[in-house]
Amino acid sequence: MAKRIEVKDLNIFYGDFHAVEGVELTVEPRTVTAFIGPSGCGKSTVLRTLNRMHEVIPGAYCTGQVLLDGTDLYGKGIDPVAVRHTVGMVFQRANPFPAMSIRDNVVAGLRLTGAKNKKALDEVAEHALRGANLWGEVKDRLDRSGASLSGGQQQRLCIARAIAVQPEVLLMDEPCSALDPISTLAIEDLINELKEEFTVVIVTHNMQQAARVSDRTAFFNLKAQGEPGHLVEIDSTEKIFSNPSQKATEDYISGRFG
Amino acid sequence: MSSTSDNGSVITSLELTKPSGPRLARNGCVSVFMVFATVLAVAPLVWVLWSAISKGIGSMLRASWWTNAMDSADQAKWGALHAIVGTIQIGLITAVISVPIALLTAIYLVEYARGTKMARVVSFAVDVLTGVPSIVAALFIFALVVTTFGGHQSAWAASLALVILMVPTVLRSTEEMLKLVPDSLREASFALGITKWRTIVSVVLPTSISGIATGIMLGLARVMGETAPLILLLQFNQYFTVNPNTPTFATLPTIISNAYTQGSADTPTVWGAALTLIVLVMGLNIIAKSISRRYLRRMGK
Repeated sequence: MAKRIEVKDLNIFYGDFHAVEGVELTVEPRTVTAFIGPSGCGKSTVLRTLNRMHEVIPGAYCTGQVLLDGTDLYGKGIDPVAVRHTVGMVFQRANPFPAMSIRDNVVAGLRLTGAKNKKALDEVAEHALRGANLWGEVKDRLDRSGASLSGGQQQRLCIARAIAVQPEVLLMDEPCSALDPISTLAIEDLINELKEEFTVVIVTHNMQQAARVSDRTAFFNLKAQGEPGHLVEIDSTEKIFSNPSQKATEDYISGRFG
Repeated sequence: MSSTSDNGSVITSLELTKPSGPRLARNGCVSVFMVFATVLAVAPLVWVLWSAISKGIGSMLRASWWTNAMDSADQAKWGALHAIVGTIQIGLITAVISVPIALLTAIYLVEYARGTKMARVVSFAVDVLTGVPSIVAALFIFALVVTTFGGHQSAWAASLALVILMVPTVLRSTEEMLKLVPDSLREASFALGITKWRTIVSVVLPTSISGIATGIMLGLARVMGETAPLILLLQFNQYFTVNPNTPTFATLPTIISNAYTQGSADTPTVWGAALTLIVLVMGLNIIAKSISRRYLRRMGK
């Protein structure tokens, strides 16, 4: 499992609006890559093109290539549903399905795509919940609604739900921005464990978080409001935070931005 | 707006005492008027309920009310079974036809055609349909079934007219309920590699099912009390029948309208029918309320 992502000359549009231009980057398997940058620079947009989730927004499209171990996700005959089965995603706000129990939430990705063996699903649920460090907290109330959990637990439930379908890559769009520091720490620990099995790409506004959890960091910026965002540089996290090669990156990291 | 101060002199200390006279007077005046308006609004309702209960309860409490039709020579043995069954039967036929049409259209408008010109046009048409008077719907079906296709009056035809009334109300409420489901849930489902249709069936609908069911109950309650289509598309029947194909078919509203044309409207039997109809419709409303309360609790409100 875990696959390499290569992005080549990616341009993303919302209708007439050119949101992101000319992104070239590579994400190595079993690493954590952080996307940082100011609001509106297109980092979340780029993340969403990695599993074709941006297409959910009417009018959104992109040009260029996103290669997953050499397969172009935007090639002819590629099914976006299958892409999303392979490249999972965790969102900014925890979004458990309110009409389902905790157990059903975790196995939703399998159950709703045809898996029926209840015993196997129960095992998957336990494994995924353990993987998301949530098993101990919910094992006695698997039949309760997912909405009965705290915000941090809900987000870990969403991570469990995402890893239960055994994706190759896990995308995380500011997964901690709505959480308190303790829940954030729990999720950062989890990300460190997840990279042993998955390729993780995380968008974050929190630079300390990027420095703590990621192996490589990509800095996105935009020249001016209304201009398309672009990738400034991508390098090892250590290098980005100590000695970036671009002045813009250094300005942003050191808080002299804008 | 400030009221004139009692003391025009320079205020040295803070004025935290009672409000001024004019303000109190205005307050009292408007309060009295509001209470009066409330009484005016509620009194007729209570009066109607009181009349129906006091004049109809006698008939309703008779066991024969629930077992007999109106075919006995002895009026004291008259029952409303044929009309109760008829009303429920027509309600069910209407619901069975309306609900799938309304649900599928709502799903199409919200999940597939959202934001398109076509969706706006259809939504507008539905708004217009919601305002169609029941007598117009009845006339339309009469013209269609009897005049154009050479058919005859029947419970089927009456149900079709009621479908015209029920579809827009259920469609509109379902649409609103589906729009209430946050997009984040749809995105979460798509991100798991779940197809759009499966997302709708297994995520969107279960999340909004109570609200949709409430809308269906309220729509059903509305059409069960409709009278105009029944007068136009049915003939009165005093015997028990469950055949929706006969022109002579009894319902609770037509017991009342028929009695009126016979010049005997204010009788215990008629009030019994009225009360039974109120109880039926109120029952549906109570079911709808309890379902929606459960729904709101689940959505965390």
